[in-house]
Amino acid sequence: MRWWLPDAGSTFARPIDTLFLAILIITGIALVVVEVGLVTFVIKYRARPGRKAFYTHGSTRAEVIWTAIPAVTMVALGLISNHYWVIMKDKKSIPPNAYHLGVHAKQFEWQVTYPGADEKLGTSDDFTVRNQLHVIVDQPTAVELTAEDVIHSFFVPEWRVKQDAVPGMHITAWFQATKTGEYEIGCAELCGMGHYKMRARVFVHTPDEYKAWVAQQAAGGSE
Amino acid sequence: MQTTTMTDAMRPPVPAEPGAGVYSNKLGMWVFLASDVMFFTALIGSYIVLRFGMATSWARPGAVLNVPLTGLNTFLLICSSVSMVKAYAAIADGKKYFLRKVPGKTLQDGGLKFWMLITIICGAGFVGVQVFEYIKLVGHGFTPTGYREGSVLAEHALADPVKYGAGVAGMYGSTFFTMTGFHGFHVTCGVISMLYLYFTKVLPEKYSPQDYRGIEVIGLYWHFVDLVWIILFTIVYLI
Amino acid sequence: MTSVAHAKPAGGAHDAHHAPMSFWRKYIFSTDHKIIGIQFLFVSLFFLLVGGLLAMQIRWQLGFPGKPMPGGGILPESMVSGGVILPEYYIQLVTMHGTFMVFFAIMPLLVGVYANFLIPLKIGTHDMAFPRINMWSFWLALLAGLIMLAGFFVPDGAARCGWTMYAPCSARPDLSGATYSQQLWSISIVVLGLSSVMGSVNYITTIINHRAPGMTWFRMPLSVWALFITAILAVLALPVLQGAAIMLLFDQTIGTHFFDPGAGGQPLLWQHLFWFFGHPEVYILILPAMGMVSDIIANGSRKPIFGYHSMVFAIIGIAFLGWIVWGHHMFMSGMNPTLGSTFMVSTLLIAVPSAVKVFNWMGTMWRGNLRFHVPMLNAIGFVSMFTIGGLSGIFMAATPVDIPIHDTQFIVAHLHYVLFGGSLFALFAAIPYWYPKMFGRMMSERIGKLHFFLTFIFYNMTFFPMHIIGMGGQMRRIYDPTIYDFLKPQQPINEFISYSAFALFAVQILFAFNFLWSLKFGKKAPQNPWEDNGMEWSLPNPAPHGNWDKTPNVYRGPYEFSAPEAGDKDYLPQYVKLPTDRDPIPAPLSAGGH
Repeated sequence: MRWWLPDAGSTFARPIDTLFLAILIITGIALVVVEVGLVTFVIKYRARPGRKAFYTHGSTRAEVIWTAIPAVTMVALGLISNHYWVIMKDKKSIPPNAYHLGVHAKQFEWQVTYPGADEKLGTSDDFTVRNQLHVIVDQPTAVELTAEDVIHSFFVPEWRVKQDAVPGMHITAWFQATKTGEYEIGCAELCGMGHYKMRARVFVHTPDEYKAWVAQQAAGGSE
Repeated sequence: MQTTTMTDAMRPPVPAEPGAGVYSNKLGMWVFLASDVMFFTALIGSYIVLRFGMATSWARPGAVLNVPLTGLNTFLLICSSVSMVKAYAAIADGKKYFLRKVPGKTLQDGGLKFWMLITIICGAGFVGVQVFEYIKLVGHGFTPTGYREGSVLAEHALADPVKYGAGVAGMYGSTFFTMTGFHGFHVTCGVISMLYLYFTKVLPEKYSPQDYRGIEVIGLYWHFVDLVWIILFTIVYLI
Repeated sequence: MTSVAHAKPAGGAHDAHHAPMSFWRKYIFSTDHKIIGIQFLFVSLFFLLVGGLLAMQIRWQLGFPGKPMPGGGILPESMVSGGVILPEYYIQLVTMHGTFMVFFAIMPLLVGVYANFLIPLKIGTHDMAFPRINMWSFWLALLAGLIMLAGFFVPDGAARCGWTMYAPCSARPDLSGATYSQQLWSISIVVLGLSSVMGSVNYITTIINHRAPGMTWFRMPLSVWALFITAILAVLALPVLQGAAIMLLFDQTIGTHFFDPGAGGQPLLWQHLFWFFGHPEVYILILPAMGMVSDIIANGSRKPIFGYHSMVFAIIGIAFLGWIVWGHHMFMSGMNPTLGSTFMVSTLLIAVPSAVKVFNWMGTMWRGNLRFHVPMLNAIGFVSMFTIGGLSGIFMAATPVDIPIHDTQFIVAHLHYVLFGGSLFALFAAIPYWYPKMFGRMMSERIGKLHFFLTFIFYNMTFFPMHIIGMGGQMRRIYDPTIYDFLKPQQPINEFISYSAFALFAVQILFAFNFLWSLKFGKKAPQNPWEDNGMEWSLPNPAPHGNWDKTPNVYRGPYEFSAPEAGDKDYLPQYVKLPTDRDPIPAPLSAGGH
């Protein structure tokens, strides 16, 4: 049974999870203040014979305080968040040594194009595999997302990576896996009747394992 | 130029807080026009995004559309706005009649019935010319999905793809017919409304200087429709 | 207590102006805002039921994927095969559940019902500015609902690309699998937009121009302020959706390609247009709820609303900011990330006026003399649930955190906390509150209290765990989570949610029974059963046609509970003239009658 975010599997996971926790604490405090406040008031100020409500129209001081504190908190949150947002989504943040793969989403499968031995996409030794994403651990990887028909969304929970694949657009999403192992891609944008089964297997290899796998594909073998 | 003085009919019939200082029918029309602005903004905004997001340029102005004819049509619509203002001024002055001889002037003086009729005729004329234009365009091969195969325009586009915006003719047609079509629909609704008012209120002389709210309200709608057209004409025909 | 004079029931004489109306003119083709409001109430509650039934089927499939559904046999084989919901039917369910709930249940329940019913009553006038247009607004809304419902009965079945109708899925029958129902969706939306605009023109004009003497802007109840601002949002937002729906309809029918990239169209254009409408829409779905909750909490606390002016400015602030946050629905869309940053800022800021409102509601209850009638219970429930919904929004506003939770059940949890925990609880408060004014009878307090407690419990059991499975990565709108290894461990939570949801739905029978049974057998209502201050309580129950025979005067603000001038009583209605009060000065009248 899972009660929390998935195990961290990429370099993005730590900042995102930390930010998530920070927001949880801040909103948690606000929640406790409100809910405990409500319960306290419900008990303390319930009508009883002989009581009267306190006639007041408000307090400007209170308004200022409870406007300023949320405002300052939100601004701080925005600044911190934006720092990581730029790293994760801005094209200029993609590391120059990123290993590029092509991911073409269509109803209802993921077609992954690998650059082959020359490690360059768009050359003759590229090969495409259906529903299998193989990447190298600790290696910045960029997926060039395209879509054939409708909008899909590339999502690997452990990597904290999600990016819509839009027909007519070429969008790059990058990440760096930190743990070897097997994961799954789930499609995160309703794309038709087969949306639920648009699943691909993800393999994070050591560099040697990956090389071996590529060689096996070139030799015509299948996983 | 007349300004609206607050006649009795334009005041609330029951006690009320001072509101906008504008009688309800007019306020309601302003609010409705705000919604119509948003509607056309969606269409026109989409047009701008789509056109300038396309890989190649659209057809040159005048290549497909008949700019001189539509220019004349634009003038006709503007004239109808002028006659609308004249109609409004006439009834504000109590001129419920059609035409009346004025001593010392050669031209007769037009009343509400006259100017309103001019407006209706010009408005209907605008719609008529636009329908004529549509028929001609479709005949040449310009449709909401582009240049019809085998049509005159399709051949022209093969010969001179740049002038005719060959690759993007589909979007050109789609946006053209959607925007001008809905505008034409609005003009038609305006003409029908004016006809309705003409026969039920103008001819029986039900409007008076004390109450000509219907004229003012339909006038507002009419000017709005004219203004939208001026924008459309500029960005669709001239650019 | 004698210094507070009670207005004598003043109404009904307006009837003398009209010849006795036939049943059809009086109750069916009525231009009376109150009848129109009640018509919206019955129709919208029906669509709420439709939405709920669709939800039950969704929960069956998610809780017990692939298992035959009890009663599934009555549905056609194309939807349910051997009792098992098919994937193509599942995506219709999620699409139509969202569509019916947003457009045909919550929006008309809050706006169609309460804008129509309350505005003229609460500002002291006879009817809306344009009664006939108001009548058309109802009939068009009903027509739109029927067109949408027809989608289930056409070949291929109902629309299925999500209530958000993203293109190209929605524009291409070859990709979605549905032809006619997708077109019907577009047509229905255009018709509904007309209805909304007509209604809003009425609400705005009436509030600006038809307030009774003494009802200044800052003496209007917050329910009216909220409905006013909501109407402005509607009048400006719905036409954008209509434009988009028309373009989608053309893509679906006459072969245009506005949203089809193959021909130069842009899928993201649909999203921008939809959400430019869609975000103001969600404020349309919450502001009236907030307004009515304010009225009810002040009443239940026997205290003025804390920070009335701040509350007004917060409503205006939320509405204004609501226009510039739409991109937060599109953070993952492929939109320029810098644009994402700007939307993040505006979205985080909109949390502030919402927080201000929550604190002010608490401030109202603080040191009050709390009465826990059913409306007050549900209003307090609203505050506590809306807080959770609003706070969960902060997670998704922070763009990096949105990456893992966008398009997961976390979002579904958030939207249900604000729309059900928020808007629907507000309706569970408002419906019994103004029921006496509508029908002359009271709903049962006992059943109402039981309904509240059971709903509150099962509601949280249903929707809170969705945050957890969303964090775990369960995507939205998927037919069978168990095919994913990473989701299998969470399946017990899905089961738990489904059981809770079935219980939640079952409990609503209490509300339905209470509502319907009380129409005939409810306790006859006293004139002002809640001892409230609003103008509407100066009229008999149910309120008569034409409301007041003579326009009333307004002497004070809307929340003068426990005011010293009230003497022994702990309320002081707006319409009560104290010896120290002077009559307000109205604007100049016209000479003739109307």
